[in-house]
Amino acid sequence: MAEVIQPSILMPPQKSWGAKVILFFRKKPLGAVGGLALLMVIFTAIFANQIAPFNPIQENYPVRLSPPTGDFLFGTDAYGRDMFSRVVHGARVSLYVGTFAVVIGTVFGVAIGIATAYFGGYLDLVFQRFMDALMGFPGLVLALALVVALGASLNNVVLAIAIGFIPRMGRLARATALQIKAEDYILAAHSVGLKPGRIMFLHVLPNSFAPILVLATGYLGAAIITEASLSFLGLGVPPPYPSWGRMLQFAAKRWLEAAPWLSIFPGLALTVTVFGFNLFGDALRDVLDPRLRGR
Amino acid sequence: MQRYLTRRFILYFPTLVLASVIIFGLMRYLPGDIALIILSGGGGDESEAFTKEQLDNLREQLGLNDPLPIQYGKWAWSFVTWDFGGESLQTGEPIREIFARRIPVTLQLGIYTMIIAMIISLPLGVVAAIRQDTWIDYIIRSMTILGLAMPNFWVSLLVILGLVTFFSWVPPVIYENLWNAPGDHLTLVIFPALIIAWGYSSYVTRVTRSTMLEVLRQDYIRTARSKGLSERSVLWRHALGNTLIPVITVSGLYVEQVLAGSLIQENIWGIPGIGQGIVAAATTRDYPVIQSMTMLLVFMALSVNLIVDIIYAFVDPRISYD
Repeated sequence: MAEVIQPSILMPPQKSWGAKVILFFRKKPLGAVGGLALLMVIFTAIFANQIAPFNPIQENYPVRLSPPTGDFLFGTDAYGRDMFSRVVHGARVSLYVGTFAVVIGTVFGVAIGIATAYFGGYLDLVFQRFMDALMGFPGLVLALALVVALGASLNNVVLAIAIGFIPRMGRLARATALQIKAEDYILAAHSVGLKPGRIMFLHVLPNSFAPILVLATGYLGAAIITEASLSFLGLGVPPPYPSWGRMLQFAAKRWLEAAPWLSIFPGLALTVTVFGFNLFGDALRDVLDPRLRGR
Repeated sequence: MQRYLTRRFILYFPTLVLASVIIFGLMRYLPGDIALIILSGGGGDESEAFTKEQLDNLREQLGLNDPLPIQYGKWAWSFVTWDFGGESLQTGEPIREIFARRIPVTLQLGIYTMIIAMIISLPLGVVAAIRQDTWIDYIIRSMTILGLAMPNFWVSLLVILGLVTFFSWVPPVIYENLWNAPGDHLTLVIFPALIIAWGYSSYVTRVTRSTMLEVLRQDYIRTARSKGLSERSVLWRHALGNTLIPVITVSGLYVEQVLAGSLIQENIWGIPGIGQGIVAAATTRDYPVIQSMTMLLVFMALSVNLIVDIIYAFVDPRISYD
C-alpha cells in the first residue's frame, strides 16, 4: 500500500497574519518603522477632513502669519490659513499623485513589457527603441516637458509622472517575462494549446509579480518627490490643492526668514512620507526578491 | 566586448533621433494650437484680446503653416547648423546664445557635484563596509537614508534658514563667473553643489558599502588573506577594484541627479544655468526654448550614459549585450 505523505511535511505550516507581522518587525525593524510611518501618512490622508481642525483653503486674515500656538499647531500662512490643516490635506495630494502615477505606469509598463517579451521580433525591437528614447529623458525633465505640453492640472501631473515610469517598468517586466518564457511550464501551456493572451496573463504575469511590486513600491517615493519638485517650481499641482511642494515654494519666496514654520512643516511631512516609502520598499525587496538582497 | 561596443554605439543614434521625435511630437500635438495658447496667455480662461492677424503672424513665425515632417526637419537640421531651433519668443535672443551663456554654468555645477560626491561616497562606503555594524556604519547609513528621503529643495531652504539664523549671513545672490570673482563664485555655488552631492552620494555610498560587503566574502579575498597579505593590500589590491564595477553602473544616476538638481537648485540660489533657463521658459511658455533645451538635456543624458557604458565595458570585459 502506498504511503500517504502528509501535506504538512511538504509545506511549512501557515503562519497567522499576526505572527507574520511580528516576524517582519523582528527581522526588518527599519522596514517596520517605514511601514508605520506610511500607515500614519495613509491614515492622515484618508481622515484628513476629521483630523484637520480648519478648512485648508479658508483664508482668515486676522490671524495671518501666526507662529505655532495651541490653536494653530504649525502656525498660519500669509493668508491666515492653518498650516496644520494644510499639511494634513497635503498628504492627500501627495498620495493621490504618487499612487495613481505608479499604478498607471505599472499597468502600461507591464502590459508592454510582457507583450513585447512574448511576441518578440519587430514589435519588440520597435518598442525597445522607443523605451530607450524615453529612458534617455531625466525623470524630472520629462515630467516638466509633459506638464508644459499637457497644461498644469492635478491629473496631468499624475500622467506626466506616470509616463516616465512606463519604460522603467516595461524594461523590468520584459526581462522578467523573458526569463519565465524559458520555463518548462510555459512550454507545457503552449503544448496544451493555450492562447497567447491566456498564457501571458495567467502564467507569465503572476510569476513576475514580486519584482514588479518591488519596483513599484520603490518608485512611489520618487513619484512623490517629483510631484513636490514640480509644484515647488510652480509647474505642478495648481491651487487650490494644498500640495507640500507648492507650500514650500510659497514659503521660500518671501517668508523663509520671517516665518520659518511655513517651510519647516511641509518639508518635514514630505520627508517622513518618502522616508517611509523608501524603508518599507527596501524591506519588501529583501523579503520578496532575494536576488537583490543587500543592494 | 568589441561587438558590445559597436552595438551600443550604433544604438545611440536612433535613440537620439527617436527622443527628438518624442519632444517634437509633445510640443506639437498635445496642446492643440500652440499659437493660440501663447496669445491667450496659457490658461485659456483669462484670455487676452488678440487679432486674427497676430495669430497668423505668430503661426508664420513659428513655422506652424508647414507640414509637420518639414517642421520637424527644419528643427532637427537647426541642431546641425548650431541654430538650435531659432530664437526665444519672449526675448528674441538666439537660442544658440542662451545655450552658450547657460551651459558652462550648469556644467561647472555638475563637475563640482561629481568631485564632492566622489570624495565623500567612496571612502564612506568602504569604511561602512569594513566597520560593519559599528557606530560608524550606523552613522553613515543614517546619513544616506536621510540623504535619499529629504527632498533637496527642502534641504536648501533649511540651509539658508540655518545660515541666516546662526550666522546672520546669506551667500551673495548675484552669480559671478569663476574667472571674474572666484571667491564669490565658490561661496555661492558650493551650497547647491554640496546639497546635490549629498543626495547623489547617498546612492553611491550605499552601493559601495553593499558591494564591498559582498566582495569581502568572496573566496579570492579569503585566499588573499590566507596567503598572509596585509589587510591593507587585501583591501586596496583585491577588494576595491571589484567594488568599483557596480559603482560605475550607478553613475548613470548621476546625470539624473545633477539635471534634476540643477532644475531646482539653480532656481533657489539664482544660478543662471540650463535648469533655471528651462523653468523660466516653462513658466512663460517659451516653446522654442523649452523644446530645444529639453533636447539638449536629453542629448547630455544619453551621451553620458553612452560614455558610462563604454567605461563599464572596459572595466568589466565579461559584459555582453544580452
